Amino acid sequence: MGKHTFSIGGVHPHDSKISRGCAIEPLPLAPVVYISVAQHIGAPSVPCVQVGDKVKVGQVIAEPGGFVSAFIHSSVSGTVKSIGPRADLAGRPATHIEIEVEGDEWLEGIDTGDTLVTKIPEDNKAIIEKIRQGGVVGLGGATFPTHVKLSPPPGSKCERVIINGCECEPYLTSDFRTLLEKGEQVVVGAAILKQVMGNVPCTVAIEENKPEAIAHIKEVIARLGYEGIEVMPMKMRYPQGGEKQLIDAVMHRQVGSGALPISVGAVVQNVATALAVYDAVQKNKPIVDNSVTVTGECFPRQANLLVRVGTPLRYIVDYLGGVPADAAKIISGGPMMGRAVANLDAATVKGTGALLFLTAAQTRRAPESHCIRCGKCADACPMGLEPFLLNKLSRNMDLEALEANAAQDCIECGCCLYSCPAHIPLLDIIRQGKGAVLGAIRARAAAAKAAAEAAKNN
Amino acid sequence: MSNLIISPSPHIHSKDSTRSLMLDVIIALIPAVICSVVFYGWRELLVLGVSVASCVLLEWAVTKYWMKAPSTVGDLSAVITGILLALNLPYTTPWWVVFIGAVVAIGVAKLSFGGIGQNIWNPALVGRVFLLVSFPTYMTSWSAPQGLFGVDAVSGATPLGTIAEGLLQGSSVQELTSAYNYKDLLFANLGGSAGEVCALALLAGFVYLCCRKVIKPWITLSIFATVALTALVFNLADPSRFTGPLFNLLTGGLVLGACFMATDYVTSPMSLWGGVIFGVGIGFLTMMIRYFGSYPEGVSFAILIMNSVVPLLNRWFHQPKFGRK
Repeated sequence: MGKHTFSIGGVHPHDSKISRGCAIEPLPLAPVVYISVAQHIGAPSVPCVQVGDKVKVGQVIAEPGGFVSAFIHSSVSGTVKSIGPRADLAGRPATHIEIEVEGDEWLEGIDTGDTLVTKIPEDNKAIIEKIRQGGVVGLGGATFPTHVKLSPPPGSKCERVIINGCECEPYLTSDFRTLLEKGEQVVVGAAILKQVMGNVPCTVAIEENKPEAIAHIKEVIARLGYEGIEVMPMKMRYPQGGEKQLIDAVMHRQVGSGALPISVGAVVQNVATALAVYDAVQKNKPIVDNSVTVTGECFPRQANLLVRVGTPLRYIVDYLGGVPADAAKIISGGPMMGRAVANLDAATVKGTGALLFLTAAQTRRAPESHCIRCGKCADACPMGLEPFLLNKLSRNMDLEALEANAAQDCIECGCCLYSCPAHIPLLDIIRQGKGAVLGAIRARAAAAKAAAEAAKNN
Repeated sequence: MSNLIISPSPHIHSKDSTRSLMLDVIIALIPAVICSVVFYGWRELLVLGVSVASCVLLEWAVTKYWMKAPSTVGDLSAVITGILLALNLPYTTPWWVVFIGAVVAIGVAKLSFGGIGQNIWNPALVGRVFLLVSFPTYMTSWSAPQGLFGVDAVSGATPLGTIAEGLLQGSSVQELTSAYNYKDLLFANLGGSAGEVCALALLAGFVYLCCRKVIKPWITLSIFATVALTALVFNLADPSRFTGPLFNLLTGGLVLGACFMATDYVTSPMSLWGGVIFGVGIGFLTMMIRYFGSYPEGVSFAILIMNSVVPLLNRWFHQPKFGRK
């Protein structure tokens, strides 16, 4: 087995993948769905349907609001009931399109069959356009529009496509189940990405706690006869699936501060994104559903569900038996980087990968005590930062020193807070410092740009 | 359900706490404690008991009545200071001298700086050095150990003390060291501070701490390497004046200092290279004090001197940052 892993820091939380045995099952349709127009990084999409319109599954209901934006499709068939603000996961208002579900009628031209289509279209531009039309965004967490990532700026060259199957967050199993159950589709998706990026080599990175997935994908690649796609078993370590960490692990290249992966010749796509690419290109099927792990030791029934985008969380939870009495925290995503859910009436988005229920004991934060200068936070930081120092600087809002000590490089993986024996809320504090530094950097860039333009005009 | 917790990520925490780390250090010290009690008998137990009890009691009392802050006794760091202070004292030290040592260690060196994590110098060593300069008689006189099970022991001064004395009277190192065999030094059979006596037990504790990833071995190893190298060079240059590497590694509390005192989180550098320089400094200063200083044993002073440099080392040496070469 390989010992591939990233070079700095990292932690080893228990993987707690208790839902690994649960096959992906489709969730029955909810009576009403609420589809957000802001479920990707970049400009929110602009609704293009009216209240009262009849829509079908896969029909575009919102168009991109800019280059870095995405199409949004109806995940159900039915009638548009309202378009307006509604509280998202965190309780913040965002524009949602409410659709009352009537039947399950798909838009013509979408191939809903199970037949594997292996013949990849030859025109790369057409492929990228199909990916854009399919509303594909990065499903590993960042929800960055995929077509943008696949259109590298002039002068940069992709040397390797990495399919991220690490799923290094504890509890999450949706990527694992996808690899097992839709391995063929993921591999064809990988082949499409590989072709689009100029037929570069492709690596499917899977952590070694998923031996079944490693074996299965190897078998699929051999069976489908793809050249230049390899499986790389990775050592189990968090945050292996972080984009910069994974590139370091696979290619032994470190993406510089503020730089994009393409600057070292890498394009990383998540397993679920590769599946979405397959669906969009080979099946004409936009993102209307995604796999969601519903799990937690206190949760009565573990599951991996295929959920239509916009399904209210409460509907999912009730389907599985309701919120357990001893659940103290519900997390959208994994326990290291996921967000606490403030509002169960919120609906899923494309990037929703998990609903995790933790008890008070599991998520308890012990009272903060004095820093004992053990340096465990610095050992754990995968970016090589010194959280103990950034913590102090953030408390003082010393922006100059924060920037000099690379607070802006923080990826908010949570390793520092996780490992601090004095239970100092390092990341909570550093986030504030990081935000301020990024603001200052942006302001400086804007000022420089304005000055340059003023100079040009004179 | 109505009381869902909303807080930023991460939502889980490792099982490590200050207390669990300190508990590991205590576990690592147990072999040395047992060894010293077996070797020196019940009086060593008294020194240990008085030292630990006074350190804990003082920390509790000062935090509660003077600082009016939440008590930090629960983190067990005072217990470690107590054990380390005791292991740094001769078993014959009267209880009230031990108590004064504890007052200096906890009261002056630790709490007056603000308590755990805030002190500049290793508390146990400050206590020990205070006693060494204030009560030299108690600290340097060694009577015949009375082992628990009648362990046979050599009486008299510590090996380093004997040699320093002998050199002044014109003897050569070869004559003086011929009295010691290294098996005795490794397995605790010589006079000295309690913790100086069983290198093997201390090393076992050190290995445990490294395996549990409580400490990293760089500081300790660089101290050992520097002491060995310095001693080798001097010994080769003039074998009649300067003792050799193995003798210096196994005597004078070097193992105790390198494994348990220099690796104290609070008073050692955080970065790899800071730690290595810290260790090299301790090793070199120790040897200079031993060879040329007026005290036969230099580990305590060397560590305290290097403790003072830690803030600078932390400022100068950082770990490599991702993607910034």
